[in-house]
Amino acid sequence: MNLFFQQIINGLTLGSIYGLVALGLTLVYGILHIPNFAHGALYMVGAFMSYFFMVDLGAHYWVAMAGSAVVVAILAVLCERLVFHPLRHSPPIHDKIAAIGILLFLEAVVQMFWGSDFRRMSSPFTGILNFDGLIIPEQRLLIIAGAFVLVVALQLFLRKTMTGATIIAMAQSRDGAFLVGIDANRVAMMTFAISGVLAAFAATLYAPINLVYPAMGHLVIMKAFVIIILGGMGSIPGAIIGGMIIGFAEALGGFYISTSYKDIIAFGLLVLILSVRPQGLFAKGAH
Amino acid sequence: MFKFASLLMTPAAKYLMLAFAVLFPFFAANEYQVYVMATAFVWAIAVYGLNIITGFCGQLNLAHGGFFAIGAYTLGLLTADYGWSFWPAFVAALVMAAVLGFLVGIVSLRLKEHYFAIFTLCVGFIIYLLIDKWEELTHGAIGVRDIAAPYGFGVVDFTDTTPFYYLVLAFLVFAIWFMGRLSKSLLGRTFIAIRNGDELAQSLGINLMRNKVLAFVLSTTYAGLAGALYAGMVRFIGPDEANINHTFDMITYLLVGGIGTIMGPLLGTVGIVWITQSLQFLEEYRMIIFGPLLVLLVIFFPRGIAGSFLTWMHRKSQALGSGKKHKESKVNTVQPREAESNA
Repeated sequence: MNLFFQQIINGLTLGSIYGLVALGLTLVYGILHIPNFAHGALYMVGAFMSYFFMVDLGAHYWVAMAGSAVVVAILAVLCERLVFHPLRHSPPIHDKIAAIGILLFLEAVVQMFWGSDFRRMSSPFTGILNFDGLIIPEQRLLIIAGAFVLVVALQLFLRKTMTGATIIAMAQSRDGAFLVGIDANRVAMMTFAISGVLAAFAATLYAPINLVYPAMGHLVIMKAFVIIILGGMGSIPGAIIGGMIIGFAEALGGFYISTSYKDIIAFGLLVLILSVRPQGLFAKGAH
Repeated sequence: MFKFASLLMTPAAKYLMLAFAVLFPFFAANEYQVYVMATAFVWAIAVYGLNIITGFCGQLNLAHGGFFAIGAYTLGLLTADYGWSFWPAFVAALVMAAVLGFLVGIVSLRLKEHYFAIFTLCVGFIIYLLIDKWEELTHGAIGVRDIAAPYGFGVVDFTDTTPFYYLVLAFLVFAIWFMGRLSKSLLGRTFIAIRNGDELAQSLGINLMRNKVLAFVLSTTYAGLAGALYAGMVRFIGPDEANINHTFDMITYLLVGGIGTIMGPLLGTVGIVWITQSLQFLEEYRMIIFGPLLVLLVIFFPRGIAGSFLTWMHRKSQALGSGKKHKESKVNTVQPREAESNA
């Protein structure tokens, strides 16, 4: 039974990380209708920035996390300004190709500076909590708590502040938002910044129990796409629920079915679901 | 200048390019250059496949590298593990790529735009993971060795580089010829109509699903063909052939050359392969240049070398007026693309 609970904790951890990455992706999609393939690269840069601040500059874990969030947010805004903004009237295929271009570029730059080795990042939370035989590493607990706090904070920001409301308005109706005088550029930049911050936080939280390397974003971003398709593109609750579904499917599937095929589970699930429902699980209509 | 340019697009220019390709082994400095050119041609065949589904039909297929690997692995495993000889295995590789393409196509093409791109991205990754993890069948990370080389029925020996080069060239010429025919045919125009607008095409009575699946199967067959040739040439393959980066490379080649054009895939592939070859230090970091290049291209020159050239020619011929106009406006795919970019 304990082993089962262990897998529940693993599922929650994975689900939290996937949920955070998918949240950023779904926000950007909701506003700009861009599937940002470069989001995984932002996640990867987030991990490397934290690594850089911690190992090379000797900063504390929290400071490193904040610093990396700032850097990635700026990077995300730059992507919006320099790439996606000029492409706003192009056919959708161009956005996707440009996003792939950014992804390739960021990966190559990181590889040039840090090489393609796998690196280990430490965290001050190395302890292990023991609840009557149920063992939970502190870092995993931190991930779950951190994701929860971030999601609540994001919800408060979107629902309770004026700036947050402009993002929601823009996602609901572009034309409606213009009519009431919302500045589309500002909203677009802010959305990208938030998605970057979420990616950096997710990466920094997850890096201590995983490894840091230039290709680390590939699997995560693909799973995040699976998640937002499951949850409906642009839907915030959908991203969180979808993240949990994939997290649990992977943790339980990896334990009870096969570890080496655990990465296929998410994609198999996607193929299965889209074969039956081409518009996704919770979406109202396909775009 | 214009006269020179218009010469480039005449059939004579194509024969000139063909003559260059045929004579290339004779003035190449060494065998390695011939080998590089053959590799470029193999990739070009795959890029032509991508051009059908992405360039003509407008669906961004991110599983293309996966189908390339399926072609390569089908040939590799059949010859190395099951004792097939080259040509039957070669045909089997094409059939395998087409059949799997059909199966993936009927599921994935029900999805539109972003959903399709994301779905195929996942399919590409599933193919990679299966090749990497299914060790009983694919040998996993060790890869497949001892792949048979094509036999020349006692006439030629394809284990040498130069005869193999001509073999690849023959397939490439066929691939381009087929593409040219396709683009002029009703089917090709149907694909372009789908690219320019799903709903409009449907309202014209075009069966979207049937045509998209057909385009997809054609494209995966091209990929399988390229993969099989690659396996026969390199004779050692690993899971890396299915790496998503190959798909990204092919998108770069296609975009640089000119998406949706006839000569674009060839120009883009051969051009970039040689640039990367001559700048060896770039090999590892080439994406630092090609990443931003991709972005700049879609922003400023979304039609690539061949496409920009054709547009320019088209404008020129219109400016020159009646005489040539009639002939030049037949340069296909320019008008719909212009219509699209103006929309």
